[in-house]
Amino acid sequence: MADTVPAFAHGAHPHHEVSFWSKYVFSTDHKMIAMQYMFTGLFMGLIGGYFAYVFRMQLAFPGVAVPGFGLVSPAEYNALVTNHGTIMIFWVAMPVLLAAFGNFLIPLMLGCDDMVFPRINRLSYQLFLLSAIILVISFFVPGGGFGGAWTAYPPLSAKAEYSLTPLGSTLWLVAVTFEFIAFLLGGINFVTTVMNSRAPGMKMYDIPMVVWMIVVASILFMASVGPLIAGAIMLLMDQNLGTAFYDPDRGGDPILWQHLFWFFGHPEVYVVLLPTLGIVAEIITVFARKKLFAYKTVLYTVFGTAVLSFTVWAHHQFVAGIDPRMAHIFTITTLLISIPIAELMFVYIATLYGGSITLTTPMLWALSFIATFLIGGVTGIFLGASGTDIYLHDTYFVLAHFHYTFFPITIIGFFAGITYWFPKMFGRMLDERLGKIHFWGTIIPFNIIFLTLFVVGLGGQHRRIYDYTQFPDLARFQDLRVLATVWLVLMLGFQVVFIYNFFRSMARGEKASNNPWKANTLEWSAASPPPHGNWSELPTAYRGPYEYSVPGREEDYWPQNVPG
Amino acid sequence: MAFARPISTTRSTAGMPTGRLAVWWVIASEVVIFGGLLASYIMHRLAHDAWTAQAAHTNMWIGAFNTLVLLTSSLSAVLAHKAAEEGDGARAAKLLCATIGGGLLFLCVKAFEWTIEITAGFTLQSSTFWSFYYTASGLHAAHIIAGVIILAFVASTARKNLELHRVELIGLYWHFVDVIWIFLFPLLYIAK
Repeated sequence: MADTVPAFAHGAHPHHEVSFWSKYVFSTDHKMIAMQYMFTGLFMGLIGGYFAYVFRMQLAFPGVAVPGFGLVSPAEYNALVTNHGTIMIFWVAMPVLLAAFGNFLIPLMLGCDDMVFPRINRLSYQLFLLSAIILVISFFVPGGGFGGAWTAYPPLSAKAEYSLTPLGSTLWLVAVTFEFIAFLLGGINFVTTVMNSRAPGMKMYDIPMVVWMIVVASILFMASVGPLIAGAIMLLMDQNLGTAFYDPDRGGDPILWQHLFWFFGHPEVYVVLLPTLGIVAEIITVFARKKLFAYKTVLYTVFGTAVLSFTVWAHHQFVAGIDPRMAHIFTITTLLISIPIAELMFVYIATLYGGSITLTTPMLWALSFIATFLIGGVTGIFLGASGTDIYLHDTYFVLAHFHYTFFPITIIGFFAGITYWFPKMFGRMLDERLGKIHFWGTIIPFNIIFLTLFVVGLGGQHRRIYDYTQFPDLARFQDLRVLATVWLVLMLGFQVVFIYNFFRSMARGEKASNNPWKANTLEWSAASPPPHGNWSELPTAYRGPYEYSVPGREEDYWPQNVPG
Repeated sequence: MAFARPISTTRSTAGMPTGRLAVWWVIASEVVIFGGLLASYIMHRLAHDAWTAQAAHTNMWIGAFNTLVLLTSSLSAVLAHKAAEEGDGARAAKLLCATIGGGLLFLCVKAFEWTIEITAGFTLQSSTFWSFYYTASGLHAAHIIAGVIILAFVASTARKNLELHRVELIGLYWHFVDVIWIFLFPLLYIAK
C-alpha cells in the first residue's frame, strides 16, 4: 500500500494548537470519540432512567400525577415503556459498552496511537448522535413517541390506525436504523484495527480478553444486524409506502418481522454481554493478582457462544404459533447455550480462587456482576424451555429475568469499567468511600426491585399493562408494586452520589499515577490521561496480559511492555 | 484542516492492507443485509405458488441485457486494477470511467424497465411479490448509484497517480454488487 503521506504523524512533530471545534466536536482522536460516545450514552441513560421512574410511579400509584411529569395517559405509558427499552439497549448499552470502551481501550491496549480509520470513527459517532437526536425528536411529534414495545411487532408498528403514532413509529424506526449503521461502521473499524494494528510482538493470544470480547461482539453484531436492517426497510415501506410485507390480509406475514428481529435480537444480548465479560476479566485478574484461568478456553468458549447464539432466536416466539417441532429444536439450542456461559462463570470463579483479593470499588462491581448475572442466567433456563415458557411468557418473570441479565451487563458493567479505567481516562482517582456507598446503594435496591418482580411475574402479572388495579386477580400485588417503585426511586437517588463523585474527582480528585492498580496491559504504560498520540514512542509487547504473581519475580505483576 | 495520519493506519499485522481488509468486512455486512432480504423473499415465494403468475410479468430479456452490462463493467474494473498495479494511473482512470458508463447504462435500462412495468399497472403496492421486486432491485440500484459516485471519486484521484490502491478496493465492491445481481436475476426474472 503506497502512502504518499509521511507515516510519522505523531510524536515526531511538535503539537499544534487545535481549536475547540476540532478538539472536542470534530475530533478524530479515539479517546475523544470514546468520551463523546460515553457522555451521549450516559445522557440517554438519564432519559431512560427518568422514563422508568415515571412508568413505575404510574404502576404504583395509578391515576396520581407523577412529580416531574404529571398525569400519565395510557398512550404516554406505552411510549415510555417502549422507549425505555429502546434507549437502554440501543442508546446506552451499545454506545457505552461497545463504542466508548471499545474506542478508548482498543488502541491503548494494542499499543497504537489511534484506530485504523479515524475519520470513519468520527463519522460513526456523528451518525450515532444523529440517531439519538431523531429518537428524542420522536417523543415530541404529534401523536407522541412510538408505543408498540421495543420489539416493534407488526401490525402494531406497521399500521398508524393501530399505533396512533404515525410519525413517532417512523422516526423511531429511522433512528434505530441509523444507530445500526453507526455501529456497523464502528465495528468494521474495531475489527480491522485489532487485526492489523497491534503492537510489535503482540500475538493473537497476547491480546487482552476485553479486546477479544469487543471484537467478537462487533463481528456478531455485523453478522446479525443485516437481516434486521432489511426488515426495517420493509417495515418503513409498510408504514409509509403502502407495501404489505407484514400484512397477512394482503399476502404478507407478521411473523417474518419476529424472525428478522430476533435473529438479530438474540445475538444482540451477546453483543452487549461480551464487552462486560471482558471488562470483568480484566478487573478480577488485577484485583485477585492472578492469571486469567484458561485464557484459550475462554476464547474458544466465546467463539462457540457466538456461533450458537445464531441458533436460538425462536425461543422468543414459542407462543407466536410456530411449529411445535421447531419449538423443540430451539429449546435444545437455547439450553445448550447456557453451558458455555456457565463455563465462563466457573472460569471466573476459578480465577478468583486462591487469589489475594482486594475489594476495591471496581472489584466489587465485577464480583457483583458474576453474582447477579448468575441469577439472570439461571432464570433464563425456565424461559428457554418451551413448556415453562408458555406459562411464563410475557409476564413480569420474563421482565425480571431480562433485567437480571441486562442490568448486570449494562449498568454494573459500565460502573465496573468506569471505576477501573477512570484514572486512565481523566488522570485522577475516584473517591473509594463514595464509590462504595454508591455500589451498595445501587446493588441492594436493584435486587429488591427485581426479586419482587419475579414474584409478581410468577403470580401471573402480564407486562405492558397501564393500570393493574383494573384486574381483580392482580390487584393483590399492589403492595409489591409499590415496594418495587420505592426501591427504584431510592436506587435512582443513589446515582447522584456517583455523578457527584465522577465530576468532583474529575476536577479535584487525587492525581493518578500511570499505573495505579499495578496492572499489566499496555494502556497502563501510557501517561494518565494519555496525550494525543498516546505514547511518545509506541510500545512493544513481550508477553501475555495476565502475568500476575509469577514465581521468582520480585514484583507480583509483569507489564506486557517490559522486556526480559 | 490537514489530517495527520496516525501510525496505526500504516501497520499491517495481519499481512493484508488495512483498506482491503475493511472492504471485505463491509462486503460481509452487506451480504447479511441482502441475505436477510432474499431469504425472506425465498421463504415467501415457496409458500405462495400464485407468485409464479406475477413473476411471469417481469421481462427476462431486459434483465439479461442488464446482466451483460454489469458483467462487462466489472471487466473494465479488473483491467483498471491491473493498470493501477502497474502504476499507470491515467489508464486506470480511463478504465474506471468505462465501469461508470456501465453502471449508468444499467440504471438507464432499469429506469426504462420500471417505467414499462409501472405503466402496465405493476407497482410497489400491487402485491407482495412486486413489493419484493422493487425493494430488492431498488436496494441493489442504490448500491449501483453509490458505487458510481465512489468510482468517480477514485477515478479522479487515480488520474493524478494518487492513492492507486483504492482502484482495487472499489473494484472489490463493484464485483460484490455484480454478485448480488447474479442472485437477483434468477430469483426475480428467471424463476417463473
